[in-house]
Amino acid sequence: MIRSGYGREVTEFDTATAAVEAALAAGASYADARLMARGSERMVARNGDIADTTRSTDVGIGVRALVGTSWGFFSTSDLEGGARLAGERAAEIAAASARVPLPSAGMVASEPVQASWSNAVEIDPASVSESDKADVLVGATTAMREHGADVAVGYLTFWDTSKWFVSSEGHRIDQRIREAGGGIEATAVGEGETQRRSYPNSMGGQLGTRGWELVQELDLIGNAPRVAEEARALLTAPECPSGVTDLILDGSQVALQIHESVGHAIELDRILGWEAAYAGRSWLDLAQLGSLRYGSDLMTIAIDPTIEGALGSFGYDDEGTAAAKRLAVDHGTWVGVLAGRDSASVAGLDYAGSVRSDGWRRLPMVRMTNVGLEPGPHTLEEIIAATDDGVYMETNRSWSIDDRRLNFQFGCEVGYEIKNGKKGRMLKNPTYTGIGPRFWQSMDMLSSEVVSWGLANCGKGQPGQVGHTAHPAAPARFHDVRVGVKA
Amino acid sequence: MSPADAAARAVEAVATRLPGAEVVAFIERSEEHLTRFASSAIHQNVADDAWSARVTAHSDGRTLTLTSGLAGAGDGAAIEALAARVADSLALAPRDPRWAGVAHAAPVPPTQEQAGSTPAERAAAVAAFIEGAGGLSASGYVKSYRSEAGVATSGGQSASMCSAASSVDGIATLDGVDGVSRSRVRTHAELDPHAAGALAAAKARAGKDAIELPPGRYEVILEPAAAVRIVSTLAMYGFNGRLALDGASFVEPGLEQLDPSITLIDDGPAWGVTVDAEGTPKQRQRFVDAGVSVQVAHDRRTAAEAGASSTGHGFGVGMPVAAHLGIEPGPAVGVAGDPTVAGPVARAAAPLLDGVERALLVSDFWYTRVLDPRQVTVTGLTRNGMWLIEDGEVRGAVQNVRFTQSYPGALAPGQVLGVGPVAVTDPDSWSATAHSAPALRLASWNVTGNASG
Repeated sequence: MIRSGYGREVTEFDTATAAVEAALAAGASYADARLMARGSERMVARNGDIADTTRSTDVGIGVRALVGTSWGFFSTSDLEGGARLAGERAAEIAAASARVPLPSAGMVASEPVQASWSNAVEIDPASVSESDKADVLVGATTAMREHGADVAVGYLTFWDTSKWFVSSEGHRIDQRIREAGGGIEATAVGEGETQRRSYPNSMGGQLGTRGWELVQELDLIGNAPRVAEEARALLTAPECPSGVTDLILDGSQVALQIHESVGHAIELDRILGWEAAYAGRSWLDLAQLGSLRYGSDLMTIAIDPTIEGALGSFGYDDEGTAAAKRLAVDHGTWVGVLAGRDSASVAGLDYAGSVRSDGWRRLPMVRMTNVGLEPGPHTLEEIIAATDDGVYMETNRSWSIDDRRLNFQFGCEVGYEIKNGKKGRMLKNPTYTGIGPRFWQSMDMLSSEVVSWGLANCGKGQPGQVGHTAHPAAPARFHDVRVGVKA
Repeated sequence: MSPADAAARAVEAVATRLPGAEVVAFIERSEEHLTRFASSAIHQNVADDAWSARVTAHSDGRTLTLTSGLAGAGDGAAIEALAARVADSLALAPRDPRWAGVAHAAPVPPTQEQAGSTPAERAAAVAAFIEGAGGLSASGYVKSYRSEAGVATSGGQSASMCSAASSVDGIATLDGVDGVSRSRVRTHAELDPHAAGALAAAKARAGKDAIELPPGRYEVILEPAAAVRIVSTLAMYGFNGRLALDGASFVEPGLEQLDPSITLIDDGPAWGVTVDAEGTPKQRQRFVDAGVSVQVAHDRRTAAEAGASSTGHGFGVGMPVAAHLGIEPGPAVGVAGDPTVAGPVARAAAPLLDGVERALLVSDFWYTRVLDPRQVTVTGLTRNGMWLIEDGEVRGAVQNVRFTQSYPGALAPGQVLGVGPVAVTDPDSWSATAHSAPALRLASWNVTGNASG
C-alpha cells in the first residue's frame, strides 16, 4: 500500500492502472505499466574485514505506450501523482517517435491474466542477522589469507523484488521474487602477474531464486583453503600449451559458453536486427528455424523459466506472458527463440514469454530466462577417463565473442593436462577459441551432472540493463579445439 | 529544495539520531532520454526521471550504507525514513576497521545547469542521421543525460553540481557491411547527426569485398572509437587505486611506462562533475605526463590505505576509477579529411595516414575483455570497418579480426608512431563515464585470429 498525493491510500494496482489509463487518454492504443519495489543487500569482505555493507530500496513505475506504430516509454520514482504523468509522457514520446515510424507494430496474443506468483524460499535472508552473514565472509576471507591468498574477497548478495503489472488488455499480475547468492575469490600476486581462483564461480559466485539456504549449501568457509592454495599454485604452474586438442570444460564454463554462443544468438530482437548497432546481430537466419544444425546430437537446449530455484525463473514475464518451457535446440537442430510479443509478431511466430526489465526504470526487452542443456549420459569422471590427450578447464576468467555470436575466445582460471585418461599437472592462463556451431558440433561427451548456474551480470540494451539469467549446464568434452592463444 | 539541501537534511537527520556519528549523504536527480533506431525506424524511445539518495554512516567502529529512491528532493518523509533506518541498523552492522572518515569543507566550483532534449528533438536528430546515411539502413541512438546532485558530510562539506551530455552513436549498413560514427558533447545542440550518418555510410560503402588477413603483428591506426577502449580499460585495470593496492596494476608512479607522446588527463569538471559522492572536490589531474606514470585514482578508503589523499574518485562502489580519463591529442599536422566525402577515414584519423607504408585502419573495437589484469592483456575483436592502408592510401577493406594484446605494451616507449590532433569522447551508453582519445598510430598490434576463427 502506498500513499497518494491526495491523502488517501491506494494499492499498487490502482497506481499502475492510473498510469495505463492516462496513456490511453493521451492517445495510446495499448499501454502497460510495471510498478516495482526492490530491496537489496550486498556485503563484501576483504582480507578478513567487512569492507562494505550496502542496503538499497528502490520504488518506481515504468509505462510503455503504443501510438500508431510507434512506442514510447517513461519511468519515474515519483509515485505520488507521478504515475498519471508517466502515462501521459509515455504516450507523448510515442507520438514523437512517429517522425521516423516503424512500418508496423503488432503483438502476438496474450491471455489477459489476473494472477499472483512468488518463488519458494526456505530461509528469508532478511531474517538472518548481519553478524551471521559477516561471520561467513570474515571466516572465508581469513582462511584464504591463511592459505596463501594475497587478496581475499568474499561477497553475499540478496534481492527482494515485488512488481505489479497492469495492461490495457486486462493483465493484472503481482509477483514477488527473492534471490540470493555469494562467492569467494583468492588472488595471488607474483612477479609481474596475478592469478585468481573463485568459488563456486567467478562473476558473482552462485546465485538463485532462493534464500539463505543457498549460501549455507555453498560452504564458503570450507572451500576457502583450497581456493587460496590453487591461486598460489597457479603462479608456478606452466602455461597452457598452444595447439589443437580435446577440451573438457567444467559445468560453470559450459554455462558461460551457452550464455554467449547460444543464449544471445537466439534472442529474436538480435535476429531481427533491432540490436544491430550495439549488442549486435545473430548468425541465425529465421528461414532456417527448424532445420539448421547448431550442434551435435547431444546438444538439447531448453528455455525454461519454470526451474525451481534457478536465477532466471519467474511466474510471468514483464509483458504478462506465463512462464513455459520451450526447446531452443533439439538434439542439435535449432528449433526455438527467445521472443517478445512485438518481435514474435514481426517474425510470424506464435509465442513470446522472454521479455524482462531490470527494474522499473527500464524498458522491458527480450532477455534470457533459464537457457541450458538437458543432461547427457556421462559423468565428468567418465569423460576424463575416456580422453587420451587434452586439457580440462574450470571457471571463467574472460569472455569475448563477436557481434554475430560466432567467433569466441574464452579464458579460464585454471587448466589441467589430461593424459591417458588421467588428470595431470595444473596449467595457468588457459584459453580456447572457436566458431560457435563448429564448437557445439564437436561436443561428443556430456555429463548428467547438471547445475543451474546463476548469472547476474548480463548486459544488454541502451540504456544498459543488467539481466539475471541461469544456465543449466554440465561438464562436456569438445573435439579438436584451439587452446592456448598467446598475447 | 536543492539536492545539496536535501543531502544536508539527511546528514542532520542521522546525526540527530546518532550523536557523534560520521555521515555522508549524496542525493541525485538523473534524467536519461534515449531514442533508439534500427533499420531506419525508431523502435525504442525512452525517458526517465529518477531521484536517489545514498547515506553512509559510521559510529562506534561500524559502517553502513543505505540507498533509496526518492519521489523528489522535497521528499522529506523518505529522507527521514532513510535516516531512521540508518540509525536503527548501524549498531547491527559488522565492524569496519578501515573506515577512512568523511570529507571536510572544501571549495567546489559552481556548475551551470544544462538543458536536456525533447522527444521531438531527438526524433529530428534520428531523421538527420538517417538522411546523412544517404539511403543506407541506419541503426543507433541519440541520447541526452542530465544530473543534478548534492553531497553533504558531517565534516562540514556541502556541495552541488550539474552535469550533462548528449550523444549520437550509429551505424549505416550496406549489403551486411557496417560503418560507424559516434560522439559525445555537452549539449544536444552541439550534435551533428547528419555528418555522423554520412561518415557511417561512407565507411559502409567502402567496406565491400573485404579480404581476410592471416594472424600476425600489424601496424595499426586506431580511430578514436577504438582508441578510447584502451583508455577505458587502463582506467579500470591500471589507474585504479584498489588494484594498485592489491598489486594487480602495472602502474608505477614515477616510471616512464608509456611512450613520451602519451599524456593522460582526467577532467571531471569539464563535464560538470566537480565533486565526488564522498564530498571530495574533483580537479583536472594528470595520470600520465609525457609517458611517465604520475598517480592512480583514489577514494577516501584506498587513499587512507595507501597513505595518500583522495583524488576525488569516490563513487561508492569500492573501485576508484578515473571516469573522465582521456589521452591528450597531438599537434595539428597534415590534412584533415572531410567526413562527408572522404571515404572511410574519420577526420580525426586522416592526418595519421601520411607516410604510412602498410598498416590497418581500425574503426572500432568490440567485446574487449582482460585476460591478464597485471599486464592489461586484452582479447577482443574489430568491428564496423577495417581497411588496409598502403603508402598513405586506403587500398581495400579487411574482414574483422580477433586480437590479443597488452595495452601498456602497445603504448610502450617507441611504440606510438602518431597521435591524432583531435580527441573524441566516447558516448558510453552504460554510465556517465566520459573517456576520450584521439586516433593513435601504433607500431605493433597482435592479431590472433580472423573471421574463420
